[in-house]
Amino acid sequence: MTHAPLLKRLVLICIGMFAFAFALVPLYDVFCDITGLNGKPSLEQAQQSNTITDNREVDVSFTTHAQSGAPFEVKSHEYSVVVKPGAMREVLFKAKNLSNQDKVMQAVPSVSPGKAAKYLHKMACFCFDQQPLKAGEEVEFKLLFYVDTELPSDVEELTLSYTVFDISSQFLASN
Amino acid sequence: MSSITDEHNNDAAHHDAGHHHPAKGFKRWLFTTNHKDIGSLYLIFSLTMFLIGGAMAMVIRAELFQPGLQLVDPHFFNQMTTVHGLIMVFGAVMPAFTGLANWMVPLMIGAPDMALPRMNNWSFWILPFAFLILLASLFMPGGGPAFGWTFYAPLSTTYSNDNTALFVFAVHIMGISSIMGAINVVVTIVNMRAPGMTWMKLPLFVWTWLITAFLLIAVMPVLAGAVTMVLTDKYFATSFFDAAGGGDPVMFQHIFWFFGHPEVYIMILPAFGIISTIVPTFSRKKLFGYASMVYATSSIALLSFIVWAHHMFTTGMPVAAELFFMYATMLISVPTGVKVFNWVATMWRGSISFEVPMLFSIAFIVLFTLGGFSGLMLAITPADFQYHDTYFVVAHFHYVLVTGAVFSIMAGAYYWLPKWTGNMFNITLAKWHFWLSLVSVNVLFFPMHFVGLAGMPRRIPDYALQFADFNAIISIGGFAFGLSQLLFVVVVYKCAKGGDKVPAKVWDGAEGLEWEVASPAPYHTFDTPPEIK
Repeated sequence: MTHAPLLKRLVLICIGMFAFAFALVPLYDVFCDITGLNGKPSLEQAQQSNTITDNREVDVSFTTHAQSGAPFEVKSHEYSVVVKPGAMREVLFKAKNLSNQDKVMQAVPSVSPGKAAKYLHKMACFCFDQQPLKAGEEVEFKLLFYVDTELPSDVEELTLSYTVFDISSQFLASN
Repeated sequence: MSSITDEHNNDAAHHDAGHHHPAKGFKRWLFTTNHKDIGSLYLIFSLTMFLIGGAMAMVIRAELFQPGLQLVDPHFFNQMTTVHGLIMVFGAVMPAFTGLANWMVPLMIGAPDMALPRMNNWSFWILPFAFLILLASLFMPGGGPAFGWTFYAPLSTTYSNDNTALFVFAVHIMGISSIMGAINVVVTIVNMRAPGMTWMKLPLFVWTWLITAFLLIAVMPVLAGAVTMVLTDKYFATSFFDAAGGGDPVMFQHIFWFFGHPEVYIMILPAFGIISTIVPTFSRKKLFGYASMVYATSSIALLSFIVWAHHMFTTGMPVAAELFFMYATMLISVPTGVKVFNWVATMWRGSISFEVPMLFSIAFIVLFTLGGFSGLMLAITPADFQYHDTYFVVAHFHYVLVTGAVFSIMAGAYYWLPKWTGNMFNITLAKWHFWLSLVSVNVLFFPMHFVGLAGMPRRIPDYALQFADFNAIISIGGFAFGLSQLLFVVVVYKCAKGGDKVPAKVWDGAEGLEWEVASPAPYHTFDTPPEIK
């Protein structure tokens, strides 16, 4: 009896499942994107809102923390702001390179509660780009955002958190 | 012995004479393509790994005997918990089942050998090297893997040492070995059944292994993918699990547990097959509900793909997802319950005798069910926030893996050992092994429920003072259980060397083709397919 046809099929399943493990990576992002799970906000520049809801106020707080070992200090000027959905708001962040070497930082945003992530629109954000900071340099970064008027009514406050990473080595490698 | 069995004995002996005989010495084992030789190799390898992994558990229990740090430093302790887990899962339980499949599946379906004998040789012989690499990393500067057998990112990427590459390659080799073993089992069962052996006449051990093999083929490549991503994240600057580059560490857990949950059924479905073989023999009744057993096994396998995130309730999933995974998990207890009730119904009003394999099987039914119940408790999402990462989890998975999988392997070994060697094992010693194991395993794992519920975290070399007494008891149970297993080694060794000769049909209530060949099973069996009634 020849085993080749069955063997071939089983090997193909194996290869397919190995590929499936890697397909899970984009699938995971798509899934989070569609459902808005995981607090992953969009990294695309948003369009300005046409309407403003006047009779509602949302509390937006900011936290930042540097990934362990990343020699940066990033702080927002205001701890939290109160905004009307649809209204643009600018918040300034102070960032400093604590080391005596030139570094590149990348801030990764995350929104809590997770379901509010897709309702926070950023028109300008230092997190859109990799930010080179010279040794000891201190700069001011701008965040321009608004909260969508469609924000579910049970969300009264949300937190925008930035995790700051030192990506100098990857940056140098890719340039 | 009946005249029919006698005829078969002569038959088998006659056929054997026509074959070349096994080569002598080490080369016999290195180049063998005989399913019985390879089965024995797997089983001996698995027993060796069981003892090595057990020795690591002894280190863990010795350190936890008292609060405070006394014997090993925390980094080494973490290596012990990690490598203990890896060895027991990939080195002890899985090869033991593959060994049993190699030995018994061809005998049970009336095939002369496995379908792909040369691949069979490879799938065994790459395995020792995988574990050599893994164990060698323990002796290298920086030590072996210390991030837990689940190797969560970023522990295994950002915070691990350079020996992680060795861990990754070891897991790759283990995975390739199990995939080849599984493919072999599937091809053998699908293509090589004796004429008349229809699907619903297959012995349950063969059925459960067929389904297990499909699970292996489906999820081992996913594990290979996960370790490959860890490898490239760590050494080649990819960012699968690194948020700085747009990745996500939580995704690691999704991919890992997509492999990990079917994996736990890979380690228990063959056990169900063994118990379903042994219980009817010593109850002297047919298995109750054969068809429902087959369907229950299949539905457990299918459900195992949609429950993975119950390992991740505390990662911050939305409520809807947590509810889904909770209910899906609880659903698995239905087919599992069908199995347990079928075993009990098989014993009901049977003329039961308590030979050693039956003792292990009954212990399996009771204690595995206990482990299933604590699993149900863990499935309750709100309660899991309390139990997560505590010794309660450790208690749960040791009940299903030690008193479940390992006890079933012991039961199977005692059941078929006379068939393999032609000798009856020393029954007194074997009973001592059983009773010592039964008592000590409960002293070892039952109190873990209590300390877990009280909040003792797992994978920590030290603990709060209030857990001291229970941990001392647990450690004593651990040492006793560990030492009892040396009795098993003695029983197996003595049985291989000699003992009372047994007839072809070793157990009077046993059914199946494996009892129609002589004991010990001749080197070549079923050259002409047997007749299936």
